[in-house]
Formats: sequence, structure tokens, C-alpha cells
Amino acid sequence: MEQKLFGGSLSVINLGLPSFYDDLKRQGATCLHVDWTPPAGGDVRLIEILDRLEELG
Amino acid sequence: MILKNVVQKNSYYDSATLMLLSSKVGQHIGSTKQVAVMMGSDMNKDIMRASGLLGPEGEAANPNDLVFAIQAETEAIIEEALAMAQEILNSRSAKMEQQDTQVVKTVADAAARLSDPKLAVVSLPGKYAVREVKKLLRENCHVLLFSDNISCEDENTLKDMALERDLLMMGPDCGTAVINGVGLGFANKLRRGNIGLAAASGTGLQEVMSLISNFGGGVSQALGTGGRDLKDVIGGKMMGHCIRLLQDDPDTQVIVVISKPPAPSVMENMLEQLKQSQKPTVVCFLGGDESMDAQGLYLVHTLEEAACKALELAATGCPQELLDGHGALAAMAKSLRDRLGSQQSDIRGLYCGGTLAYESMLLMGKALGDVHSNIALESRLLLDGTAPSVGHTVLDLGDDAFTVGKPHPMIEPSLRGERLLQEALDPATAVILLDVEIGYGSHENPASVVAEEISQAKAVLAEEGREVVFVASICGTYEDMQDYAAQKTLLEQQGVVVLESNAQAAELAILTVSR
Repeated sequence: MEQKLFGGSLSVINLGLPSFYDDLKRQGATCLHVDWTPPAGGDVRLIEILDRLEELG
Repeated sequence: MILKNVVQKNSYYDSATLMLLSSKVGQHIGSTKQVAVMMGSDMNKDIMRASGLLGPEGEAANPNDLVFAIQAETEAIIEEALAMAQEILNSRSAKMEQQDTQVVKTVADAAARLSDPKLAVVSLPGKYAVREVKKLLRENCHVLLFSDNISCEDENTLKDMALERDLLMMGPDCGTAVINGVGLGFANKLRRGNIGLAAASGTGLQEVMSLISNFGGGVSQALGTGGRDLKDVIGGKMMGHCIRLLQDDPDTQVIVVISKPPAPSVMENMLEQLKQSQKPTVVCFLGGDESMDAQGLYLVHTLEEAACKALELAATGCPQELLDGHGALAAMAKSLRDRLGSQQSDIRGLYCGGTLAYESMLLMGKALGDVHSNIALESRLLLDGTAPSVGHTVLDLGDDAFTVGKPHPMIEPSLRGERLLQEALDPATAVILLDVEIGYGSHENPASVVAEEISQAKAVLAEEGREVVFVASICGTYEDMQDYAAQKTLLEQQGVVVLESNAQAAELAILTVSR
């Protein structure tokens, strides 16, 4: 899919370090922070199973 | 000593926030080794166990539980530390809640609310990051993946997914980019202009783009790929895409490519692609083969040379002014040498920026012979980072050996303090060579941290009746929020010689020890 990246504005999603989000705000950038928490209580095996189910679905 | 573990159930915080918190609380109670605030994952529990900080309550914690592990002489100190940690976390949460119109719960929510083009900065723990990046790419978001601990297989999958959609997937382990003037990750406030950069190196990119901006030029776009992109296993696929984007960008008139030497097969394809370009292209392969076939391209050997050549080709700014900085170094070295004793012969480089450490190691190796380092290319020169330095030594303090369970020194430069004192007290040390990073993502006042450490080292040296020469460069722009001039003054007040580029700082150190 063609998507022109350069030359105009940029919307930014921050996923992780809140300090990176703070710096985006400081620059006046259009941005959102995702208040992310690990799915399935952080159980990596359970996450893998959920992902596989999702792909099958 | 009393050990206390307090577990807060189902309370997730990102590891960088917690590492900074642990460091702050540790400094407050007088020992960073006696405080760990971490999520209760198996790996974190291993770290706490190895440090003697894990009690039965912490052992029972789950990955989604927050563990406060504190060791102190008295119960009162522990309670004080716990209260401080809670206060910092509460103020952080309160701040995020105040901005709740811009805080969402899922990637899909975020993507739906923003207009194109969209880019996501992802700094989640590696084991969770891959699935979120896949979601982002499916939402047609470009990605800067800051996280590390991502397998080559996953990197290839993510980059292939991105390229099918004509998207950027910069990383993993990509720290820096500036797109449409927006600084992402560790970035700097730059003048806009006609020079476009693509780099497989974080501080290398920051150094070149900052020098371009400081010396009157401007940057159209600065893109990163992550350090592994140019290895055989990834094949340079994202670098190829970045170069194409810059070649097609009407606002980019000069292209700069920065990396360590790519794998031979990758290098061949990359040079071929660059030679096709209608735009003048500067290539900086740090430590690259001088004899490579780069006809039509402008090959340079240092980050400073890359900035100067780009300015010259773009017909902007004042590259000569930057180069002229080298002219004064010989005389400066002579006067610095007079302050040293006959036993003082070695340079000790203590770096927060990996590529800057690498550049200094190369320059010193060429001029002085063997340079020991935790990032040395020859195994005989490899130094276990935590072992004492030998002869000329350059340490990359952002390397895993120094940062397990701790924040990166660009975020928390106080991690350098202990090593700086150790090097200063070594009778063989003549010059301590340093970098100070400023800009987005970096510490709010890094020069004050290093100035305080130097002040303490100088006090001890004075008792012994000798001096050590401190040489530094500031990686960042005159417009960065930490105030370049104020940072420079803080260093100079401690007698540090501050130069415009890392290459100049390394050269001054070399000339000072070349008797």
C-alpha cells in the first residue's frame, strides 16, 4: 500500500517509555500514548497460544 | 542488614521507569546496589536473587506484580525508601491520568484516532514487542522499534511485513530518527534542510546530524535501521528501503549513510544502489576497508568528516569552521602534557554512546596501536567491561555487561561515576575521554552529573599531588533543551576541555599522550 511519509505532518503512537511520550509532547507533535500492560498476566506461553488462536480465527 | 520485599499485585510499570526509580531511591539511601524495584518476571527474580535482594514474598510474585526489594541497616530507612518509591510512581500515574485524552488502552484505539501518516515508537520489553509491532504494521503504521532482545527470525518477519506495505520498520535496537522534523527516541532539535541521513547506528546518527545542524546546514530526514540490518542474516533490507526513500524525496539533495562496515554481500548491493543515485552521497563505514570500490561516492572515515562533506556538497553552512577546530589541537595538547607526570601514559575513554566509543577506539588504534575495549574487534584486545582497564582503553558503558537491571547511561549517566573515579586513580591514566549526550530522551542535565564526578575525582587526585586531563565532546545541538552552552560551561568549570566533535576530542587525547 502506497503511503506518503515525508513532507507533511506525522502522527506518533508511543508504546513503552513514558519519557519518549513526554518529549513528543514537548515538541508539539500529534501523539498518543498507549497505556500498555502485558496480556495474559505476562505469561509468554499463554500469549503465544492466544496469538495462534487469533491467527486461526 | 534487614531485607524487605513488598509485592504490589497486578501493577505493571515499564522496566526503564523502574530502573530509573531504583537508581533514584538507591542514591537517596546511599547504595544503588541495595534497591531493586522490578516486575516479578523470572529474569528479574534471577537478578534480584543474584544481588541477595529476593525474599520469600518476592519469590512468590508473578510477572504482572511489582516487587519492591530493599536492603538497609534499619527498618526506618526501608520505610523511607518504600515511601519515596511509591511517591514517585504515584506522581507519574497522576501525570499520565491528567493527560488522559491522549492516553489510550490499545494499539487499535490509537491507530483509529490518528490520521496518516502514522508512526509508532515501541520500547516495550522485547518478548512482548513483536506481537504489538505486527498489529501496528497491519494498521499501516511505520515503526521505530527501540526494544532489543528480538530474534533475527522475528526481525526478518517484521521487516518483510513492513516492506510489503511500503512501511518503515526501523530496529530492533534503533534509538534515533527524525521524520518531518519530529525527533523520535534519542534525537535532537535540528534545523530543517536538504541533507537526508540513513544510519545503522544511534549515536553515530546523532553526532552527524547535530554537527550538520550546529554548523549551519539542515536535515530533511534522519532514518535508522537498527545495528543488525546490515549483517548477512537481515541483508540490509531496511537500509535499502531507507536509501530509496531518500533518493525519491524531493527535499533531500544530499544523502549520508552511516554504519559499521556491512557484511560483504550486503555492502556490494548497497554500494550498487548508492552509485545509481542522482544525488551526491556520503558514505561513512566506520572502520571500513579503504580499498573498496566506491566510485562516484564520497567515502569518509569519521562522523565529523561525514558532516563536513555533506555540508560542502549541500552548499550550506560552514564546514571549514568545523574542520578548523583541529588546527588548535597540537598546541593545546602540548600545554596539557605539561600537567602530567612521566608515568601517566594512557587514555581511558568512558562512553555512554556506543558508536562514539567505537569511533574513538578506531582513531586511537590507528594512531597509538593496541586499544583494549569491551567492544574490541580483536579477541586479544577484548576487555571484560567490569575488569580493570589495561593500557589505552575505551569502554562502551551502554553495553550489556554494564546495564543489566540498570538504565542506559544516556538516560542515567551517574552509572559512569564509579568507573571514572577508578580510572582517575590509576597512576597510568593521562587522559579521561568522555561523551555527553543531550537532546530528547537523554538525561535532563547530564553535564552536571559528570561535572560532580570529576570534581570528586580531582579532590582525591589533589591529595596525591597529581592531575588527570579530562577531554569531552557534547553530542547534541545548540538548540537542544538541555542548553548546549550551559552544559559546556558546567564541564569547563571543572577544567574539562570541551571540543565540537568526538573526532576532535579523540585527536586531542591522542596528541596529549604522544610524547
